Amino acid sequence: MTSPHLLLMLQDAVPALVPADTAWMLMSTALVLLMTPALAFFYGGLVRSKNSLNTMMMSYVALGFIGILWALVAYSLSFSEGSPWLGGFSNALLNGVDLAPKGTIPHLLFMAYQGTFAIITAALISGAIVERMRFWPYVAFISVWLLVVYAPVAHWVWGGGWLGAAGVLDFAGGTVVHINAGVSALVAALVLGSRKDYGRQAIVPHNVPFVLLGAGLLWFGWFGFNGGSALAANASASLAFTNTFLAPMATLVAWSVLDSMRTGHVTAVGGATAIVVGLVAITPAAGFVSPVGALALGAIAAFPSYFVILFRSRTRLDDSLDVFAGHGVGGLTGALLTGVFAVKAWGGTDGLLAGNPAQLGKQALGAGVSFVYAGVMTFIILKVLGLVMTLRADQKAEGLGLDVTQHGEEAYGTGEGSILVLPDDVAMAPPLAVPMPATR
Amino acid sequence: MNLIVAIFRPEKLNDVLEALYRAEVRGLTVSRVMGHGGETEHAETYRGTTIKVALQEKVRLEIGVSEPYVAPTVKAILAAARTGEVGDGKVFVLDLAQVHRIRTGERDQAAVTPAAKVGA
Repeated sequence: MTSPHLLLMLQDAVPALVPADTAWMLMSTALVLLMTPALAFFYGGLVRSKNSLNTMMMSYVALGFIGILWALVAYSLSFSEGSPWLGGFSNALLNGVDLAPKGTIPHLLFMAYQGTFAIITAALISGAIVERMRFWPYVAFISVWLLVVYAPVAHWVWGGGWLGAAGVLDFAGGTVVHINAGVSALVAALVLGSRKDYGRQAIVPHNVPFVLLGAGLLWFGWFGFNGGSALAANASASLAFTNTFLAPMATLVAWSVLDSMRTGHVTAVGGATAIVVGLVAITPAAGFVSPVGALALGAIAAFPSYFVILFRSRTRLDDSLDVFAGHGVGGLTGALLTGVFAVKAWGGTDGLLAGNPAQLGKQALGAGVSFVYAGVMTFIILKVLGLVMTLRADQKAEGLGLDVTQHGEEAYGTGEGSILVLPDDVAMAPPLAVPMPATR
Repeated sequence: MNLIVAIFRPEKLNDVLEALYRAEVRGLTVSRVMGHGGETEHAETYRGTTIKVALQEKVRLEIGVSEPYVAPTVKAILAAARTGEVGDGKVFVLDLAQVHRIRTGERDQAAVTPAAKVGA
């Protein structure tokens, strides 16, 4: 059996709404939507204060542009019937997306739930290009990326496409979300180039408590991400939920030991990173592996990401917030380990440890195909966009910070020494505190 | 003996520190200040409130140096803090009446010479 998403397509023949399933999916949709603001805090805390609003807005803006594009076009391209390569336009403009059951929940709710995945996947990429990319070109990039990269890959794995049909296991989006975003982030960092201060000055997080807050909220939201991917309030959801509970714990412990051995301390930024890596890694496996398998998977997943981060920061590659190490490598590890730890008794297809090494091959196929496709297409999109607009902020704007230059705001401004501009624009002369006419 | 006070862009602080290190100038104080050197103001908007930000964030560097170090210090700051645009800042060189090192009670020339140099 393949992913629950595909399973749901097969069940379309006997439609009936189940209230319990609907209730859980309503909750899950809200939980996953919260992950995007959570990501904003996670990323926002990791950058310098002069870029913190810009970094957070890169996540928040996806809620608008990606959400609308999802509803209008991308949902149809991902989940409506089409070829094995891409869905069709039969559900475009929400045509036919109504209250009738899709599986055991309303079709409309299914669309909204899947939309929350598209939003956070696009936002994840931003971590690689923070502190230097102009805002509108970024919005243009993630919008095109949604249609050209996310929608096809989601269709391949979940929407009835060829990877799902080939037996690739991806419970909640290790391939579709994390490998996809991680590789796109890597390529985006390469195309944009490194920040002007990268490798010359110490660039340190401006608010580590934000990073911890973001990681905590991501974990909370992830229960909807993985638990909801069962698309029902059932045993599979409970397994995915519990594995989402266990795996990051193991990653956090393993990471703490690694951190302690290397630096002598258990670091807070490291702990927050570990939680996210554990969540990423368990995502494809959540409903397919035993709880003990999830613990093992979580612990193992700490190692590749930890050392890729160490290696990356010694290179000229400025994947600023290590999206590739966290999501690309974490997703890859999770996708492959799904093929190792999956067991039929817990709802998966038997993997390597259960005597079916072929599953590992299928997992590698799914991961490899997404890796190459996302990388190549991201490169093309950015190169084409670069012909019609300037992707990077100039050196001066980068020095001043993108909050002021891109948004005309400051995260921690005091207003000291600032002059109030009144609407009628005559108030430039003192006294400055002339009240506005009450009639305005 | 002079006190050198330099006010310049915060994003140039690292460059200046590096230049001073290369000029073998040790021992300095840095503070974050607000200032205005005639550069263009930028506007910020918060809902219905629009403001012109007149004071920019700057960095103030203070270094007490002995005579042979005055010229190299000024030269290093001028080269490292410059962008060529309005708002790059100023370097002031002031006469110093006295300098005391709190730890040892040394004064004047001995007090502005870095401890490491005295030992060597």
